[in-house]
Amino acid sequence: MAVPAKALLASGPASTKRTASSAKKWKPYAFHLVIGLLALVMIYPILWMISSSLKPNGEIFSQAYNLIPSRLAWENYRSGWAGFAGNTFTTFFKNSLIIVVISTIGAVASSAVVAYGFARIPFAGKGFWFGCMMMTMMLPHDVTMIPQYVMFSKIGWLSSFKPIIVPQFFAIPFFVFLIMQFIRTIPHDLDEAAKMDGCSKYGIFFRIVLPLIVPSLVTAAIFSFYWRWDDFINPLLYLNNPKLYPVSLALKLFLDGDSINNWGGMFAMATLSLVPIFAIFFIFQRYIVEGISTSGLK
Amino acid sequence: MTKFRENNHLVGYLFTAPFIIGFLIFTMFPMLASLYYSFTDYNLFEAPNWVGFDNYKTMFSGDDQYWKSVRVTFTYVLASVPLRLAFALAVAMLLNKAIGGIGLYRSAYYLPSLIGGSVAVSIMWTQVFGDKGLLNSFLGLLGIHTTTSWIGSPGTAIWTLIALSVWQFGSSMLIFLAGLKSIPASLHEAANVDGAGAGRRFFKITLPMLSPIILFNLIMQTISAFMTFTPAYVISRGEGGPLDSTLLYSLYLYKRAFQFTQMGYASAMAWVMLLTVGVIALILFQTSKYWVHYESKGES
Repeated sequence: MAVPAKALLASGPASTKRTASSAKKWKPYAFHLVIGLLALVMIYPILWMISSSLKPNGEIFSQAYNLIPSRLAWENYRSGWAGFAGNTFTTFFKNSLIIVVISTIGAVASSAVVAYGFARIPFAGKGFWFGCMMMTMMLPHDVTMIPQYVMFSKIGWLSSFKPIIVPQFFAIPFFVFLIMQFIRTIPHDLDEAAKMDGCSKYGIFFRIVLPLIVPSLVTAAIFSFYWRWDDFINPLLYLNNPKLYPVSLALKLFLDGDSINNWGGMFAMATLSLVPIFAIFFIFQRYIVEGISTSGLK
Repeated sequence: MTKFRENNHLVGYLFTAPFIIGFLIFTMFPMLASLYYSFTDYNLFEAPNWVGFDNYKTMFSGDDQYWKSVRVTFTYVLASVPLRLAFALAVAMLLNKAIGGIGLYRSAYYLPSLIGGSVAVSIMWTQVFGDKGLLNSFLGLLGIHTTTSWIGSPGTAIWTLIALSVWQFGSSMLIFLAGLKSIPASLHEAANVDGAGAGRRFFKITLPMLSPIILFNLIMQTISAFMTFTPAYVISRGEGGPLDSTLLYSLYLYKRAFQFTQMGYASAMAWVMLLTVGVIALILFQTSKYWVHYESKGES
C-alpha cells in the first residue's frame, strides 16, 4: 500500500497554514483522539487480562484498573500450567492441537473438492444440493445436536475426539462458499485449454485450479483453526474425561468448585490460550481481512 | 466423443460427495430424528414413547422457566444485534477516511471479535464485571464505590452478555469498511456539488449502497445471536443464573437435554427455535425489498 502518500495526505491540512482554518487544522487530532480513546476502551480488557496474569495474586483485584504489576509474577504461569488433578496444560494444549490440526486438514481438503464440483461441473441436481448447502449454513446447531449425540453414543464414540473431528471431513458450507467465490475468478479459458491438452476434470482440478486457489484455502484454514480452537460445546458434550480436554474446556475448570483461589493462574492460562490466535492473526492478517470482507465470515 | 471420465454427472457427484454424504448423515438424518424425538418422551436410556404434542403443550403452557428463557433470549437478540451493527457501521465510517494509522485502529477494533468466542474471554468477562472487577475499580476512581457484581445481579447479568456481544463488532466493521470502499467516490462528489449535506449523503447514498451488506449481516448475526451458548454457560457456570437471568435458549435446551436427559422435550425446543429463526429470517428477506437497494448489474 502507498503508505507515504497516505501519510502526506494525513499531515497535509496541518502543514499548509495558508488555507487551513484552525478547525480544519485540529480535525485530524480530534479524529485521532476520539478513535484512539475508543480503541483503548476496546482493548483495555485484553491488556488487563494479560497484566493480571503477571500480577501477584493479592494484587489482581486491589487496584484492578492498574495495568502495571508491582513485580512480574511469572509463578502464575507455573501454577496455572500445573492444571487439575494431575492433568497439566501440556495435555490440554496437546489435545487442542490434535483436534484443531486434523479437523482443519479435513475441513479445507473436503471443502476445496466440493467447491470445485459446485463451481465448475454441471450435473443433474446441482441446484438442489447447492440449496441444501446454503440452508445448512443457517441451520441452528441445536436442531442436530441431540440426534448427533445419540448417534455417536450408539456407535461408542463418546469420550473420544471422533465426534468432533470426523464431521469436519464432510465439507464446511462456509468454506465451500468462500472457495467457490475464488474459483469463479479463474477464467474458464484455462480449463478449456487444459481440456484441449487432454486433461480430465480431476487433472484440471489438481493441476490448474488447486494451485490458483491457495489463498482461499489459507483463509479457510485460518478460520477453521479459530473455530476449532475456540470450540466449547462439542468438547463439553463429547469429552467427559479431563485427560481428553482441549484448552477451551480446561479453562472452565478454573471456575468450577466453590471458591476460586488461583486467580493469577487462571488469567495466565487464559492469556496463553489466546497466543496461537494472536500469532496467526499477526502472520496472516491480510488473508483474514480479505476473507471477512469478501465472504462475511466471522 | 463422450468418454467415461467426461461424464459430468458422475464427476460432479464424485466431487460433491463429501458434502452430500455429510449432509445426509450429519444434517438430514439428525433433523428428521430430532423431529421424531420431539413427539416422544425419549430420555436416552429407554426406548422413546410417542406422546403426541405433549412436549409442545408443556412448553407453551406448563413451563415458566421456558418463557423466562424466551424473554431473556429476545432481550439479548434485540439489544445486541442492532447495537453491534450500529457500532460497526459508525466506526467503519470513521475509519473510512484517508488519515494515517488506520491499519492500527482497524486491528485494535477487530481484535475483540477475533478472540471473543473463546472461553478465555468469557472468563475474563466474569472478572471485568465481578464485584471487585475492572468496571467497579474504574467506578471507584470516579468516586462511585460499589461492590455490586454485575454478573451476579439478576437485573444486569444479561447486559454483561450483551456488552460482550457488542464489544465484538469488529468483524461486521470490516465487512462494512469493504462495502464503503466499493461505493464510487464520484457519487459523493456529485451529491456534494448538488449541495447535499453529510446527513443527506448518508441516508441517500451510503445507507442504500450498503443495504445488501446490512441485510446479510442482520440475518447471519440474528441467527447466531439466537444460538449463543458459550458465554452464557461460562459466565453463569452452566446454570443460567442468577434467577435464570442469563438462561439463553440454547443454554436452557442444553440443560434440559444433558442435565435432565429430557431429549424429547429438548428436541421440541429445538424445533420451535428452528421455526422461529426461520420465520424471522423470512420476514427480514420479505421486508428487504422495501429497504434493500440492489445495483442493476449487467453482464460482468
